[in-house]
Amino acid sequence: MDREKLKADIKEIVEEWKTKEGNLIMILHKIENRYGYVPREVSFEISKLLDVPLARIYEVITFYNYFKLEPPGKHTVAVCMGTACYLKGGAELLSELEHILGVKEDETTKDGLFHLEIVRCLGCCGLAPVIKIDGKVFGELKKNDIIDILSHYTKQNGQMVSGVGSEVSGKP
Amino acid sequence: MQQKRILIKDTDLKKDRTRDFYTAFLTEIQDKKLEEKVQLVRVSDIGIYGKGLTVRVLPENFLYCDVETGDISRIVSESVVEGRPIEALLHKPDDKQLRLVLRNCGLVDPESIDDYIKHDGYQAIATILEKMTPEKVIEEMKISELRGRGGAGFPTWLKWKLTRAVEADQKYVICNGDEGDPGAYMDRSVLEGDPHSVIEGMMIAAYVIGATKGFFYIRAEYPLAIERVNRAVTQAHEYGLLGENILGSSFKLDIEIRLGAGAFVCGEETALISSVEGKRGYPRPRPPYPSVKGLWGKPTVINNVETLANIPLIMLKGGKWFSSIGTEKSKGSKVFALTGKVKNSGLIEVPMGTTLKEIVFEIGGGGIAGKKVKAVQTGGPSGGVIPEDFINAPVGYESLQKLGSIMGSGGMIVMNEDDCMVDIAKFYLRFCVDESCGKCAPCRIGGTQLLHLLEKISEGKGEIEDLDRLRRISRAMQKAALCGLGQTAPNPVLSTLRYFEDEYKAHIVEKKCPAGRCAGLFHFSIIEEKCKRCGLCFRNCPVQAVSGNRDQGYLIFEEKCINCGRCFEVCKFEAVSRG
Ligand SMILES: Cc1cc2nc3c(=O)[nH]c(=O)nc-3n(C[C@H](O)[C@H](O)[C@H](O)COP(=O)(O)O)c2cc1C
Ligand code: SF4
Ligand code: FES
Repeated sequence: MDREKLKADIKEIVEEWKTKEGNLIMILHKIENRYGYVPREVSFEISKLLDVPLARIYEVITFYNYFKLEPPGKHTVAVCMGTACYLKGGAELLSELEHILGVKEDETTKDGLFHLEIVRCLGCCGLAPVIKIDGKVFGELKKNDIIDILSHYTKQNGQMVSGVGSEVSGKP
Repeated sequence: MQQKRILIKDTDLKKDRTRDFYTAFLTEIQDKKLEEKVQLVRVSDIGIYGKGLTVRVLPENFLYCDVETGDISRIVSESVVEGRPIEALLHKPDDKQLRLVLRNCGLVDPESIDDYIKHDGYQAIATILEKMTPEKVIEEMKISELRGRGGAGFPTWLKWKLTRAVEADQKYVICNGDEGDPGAYMDRSVLEGDPHSVIEGMMIAAYVIGATKGFFYIRAEYPLAIERVNRAVTQAHEYGLLGENILGSSFKLDIEIRLGAGAFVCGEETALISSVEGKRGYPRPRPPYPSVKGLWGKPTVINNVETLANIPLIMLKGGKWFSSIGTEKSKGSKVFALTGKVKNSGLIEVPMGTTLKEIVFEIGGGGIAGKKVKAVQTGGPSGGVIPEDFINAPVGYESLQKLGSIMGSGGMIVMNEDDCMVDIAKFYLRFCVDESCGKCAPCRIGGTQLLHLLEKISEGKGEIEDLDRLRRISRAMQKAALCGLGQTAPNPVLSTLRYFEDEYKAHIVEKKCPAGRCAGLFHFSIIEEKCKRCGLCFRNCPVQAVSGNRDQGYLIFEEKCINCGRCFEVCKFEAVSRG
C-alpha cells in the first residue's frame, strides 16, 4: 500500500467524523469497508489523528466480532448458523466447508481465495440452510451442493449475477 | 397511462433459484417501450411468504403469487398497461393476520418520502406539533397500553413519562435496531420496508421527552437497512421534518446513525449506550436507568424498532382503537419471524392473543414433511420451548412467561421429532457463552459450566446428578448475573428440562438420543415387522451398510454404518428405527 495515499485516505475518513462524539466505531467501520480489515498502520494513524491511545483503539477492535485484524480472502463464504439454519443442517454445511477448504471459522485459505465465517440469520430462514458468498445467497442446500458452488468460484472467479437481496432500478 | 410501479419479491423461489425474474421483467418492460412509465423495484418483503415469485402492481395494488416466467408478459400487458387484475394469479389473503407494524411494507416505496407522506406519513407528528402537549401524547399512549417490543414489555408511556420528568440540558432518543436474536429479522424488515414510520415514531418520542438528538443503532450486518434509513433521514432533513423549527414549530431534532459491530450484548440498553459512545459494549448495573443517566450521562429513551413503528399509527387512530386489539394485558399486534420445521416460513403479524396453534397450523401450514410438531421456541436465546401440549396458548407477555418462555423480540421456531432438546439447549447456550461480554462471573463462569454439562450429556457421558447441577447453576445465574444476557441465558436449559426431562434422561441413562442428533448416541436398525422388503434402503445406502435381499429381508451392519440417515429418510413404511 502506498503510505502517502493511505495517510490521505485515513485523514479524509477521520476528518468527516472528527467532531462527532463516539466516532471511533464509525471510523473503524469506514476503514473496514475500504480495506476489508483494520491494518495495524491504520490504527497507528487513527491514534495520532484522534489523539487517543492505541490501546483504546485495539480495545474496541477486539471487542467487536465485526472488525478483522487480518486481510480477508477474495471471496467471503458466510455460513448461517442462525436457529432455523442450525435446525436444518447448517452445522453439516459448515463441516463440509471446513473439510473442503481446509480452514476453520474466521480463517482464510492459503491461496487467499476464500475466507470462511459464521453469521447469524441472513433473514431468509425460509430457505434454510443457507450460505452467502460475497453478496449472493444460496439456500436449501445439502452437503453435496457445496462442492459445486465452490467450484463455480474457483473456475470463474467473480462475475456473479446478484441473487437474493434488493435492488432498485430508477427508471429502467 | 399514469405512472406505474411493479414490486417483485424473489426471495422465496424454491425450485430454481437462479432464474432471474428481475431481468425478465425489465426486458419485458423495455420490449414494450414502457421504461418511462413503469418503475421496477425489487423488494425483500411484501408480506407474503413461501409463495414463489410475488409481484405487486401499483397503484392498483394487485398482488400476485407463484408467478411463472410465462405470466410476465400478461402481467405487464393486462395489469400494468390496461389496469385489469389477473384473477388466476391473485393472492387470497388469510384473515388471521393483521398488519399494523408491517402496514406499509411492500406497499409504500421505502425510498420515497413522498410515497410515505401520501400514505398518511408524518401526519401524526404534524397533528401533535399543531395541537398536542407532550402530556397529552403520554395520556394517549397510556390509553393504548403499548408495551415495548424489544423483549421486556415495559409500558412505553411510562418510560417516556419517567424520562420527561428528569430535568436536563440535553436528552436523547435511541432506536434499538440491533436485533440480536440469531433466528429473527422482524426489525430488519421494518427498517428496510418502512424506515419513515420508525423515524416518525422517534420524532414523537423526542417531542414528548424533550430530546433534540436521536440515534439509530443498527447492526452492521444489515447493509440495506442502513442504506434505507440513511436515505430516509436525509430526505426528512430535506423536507424540514428534521432539523430546526420542524413544521414551523419550535421543535427541533437531529438524527444520526450508529452501527453495531457484531456483539449481541449491545442490544442490552446500557451496553448499547456504551457502544454508541464509541466504546466497548459492556453493560453496567441498573439503576440508574437510562431514563435518568443514559447516553453521555443524559436522560435517554431507548425503544425498539417495532415499538416505534407502532407509534404513528396509535397517534393517528387513537389509543382506544389500539387497546381494543389484543388481550387484557398485551395490546396490539406482534410481528414474528416464523421459521424452523414449518411449511410456510416467513414474517407474520398477528393480533396479540392469537394462539400458537393458529400461527403454526393456519398461517404456517403445519409441520414439514408430514412430521408432528414437537415444540415451538419463542424469545431466542433468552426464551424457552413450549411443547405441543400447550399449543393452544395465546401469544402475550404474561401467557408465554407462565409457560417458561418469553415473548421476546419475535423469533418463533417450530421444532419436530428430528430436533433434540438437549442439542437445542446447547445451541442457545453456546450462543450466549460466545456472546457473553465476560464482565461478571455468574455469566462468564456459570455459562461455561452449563455448556460443559450439556456437552457431557450430549456425548453420552452425563450423570443423573447433572440435571440438578444444571438447575442450580441456572438459578444462580438468573439471580446474580449483571445484565439480561446472563440472567436469561439459562432459560432454554430450564424450559427444555421442564418439559423434556425424559429426553435428557434418555441421553444420560440409556445413552440414546431419541431425535438422532447427538453423534454416537443413536443408530439405525430395521424393524422386521414393518419392513415390506422394498429394498429402498439397500439401494440408497452410500456405504453399502445395508445387506440382504427381497426374499430374506434386510439388515443394517453397525460397523459399516456412518449414521447418515439416508435409509431412515427414504423408507416409506417407517420400518427404519433410530435411537
Ligand atoms: C442481551 C440482551 C439483548 C437485547 N437485544 C435487543 C435487541 O436486539 N433489540 C431490542 O430492541 N432490544 C433488545 N434488548 C432489550 C433492550 O435492552 C431494551 O429493553 C429495549 O430495546 C427497550 O425497548 P422497548 O421498550 O421498546 O422494548 C436486549 C436485552 C438484552 C438483555
Ligand atoms: S451477564 Fe454476561 S453479558 Fe451481562 S454483564 Fe455479565 S458477563 Fe456481561
Ligand atoms: S437462520 Fe439462517 S437465514 Fe435465518
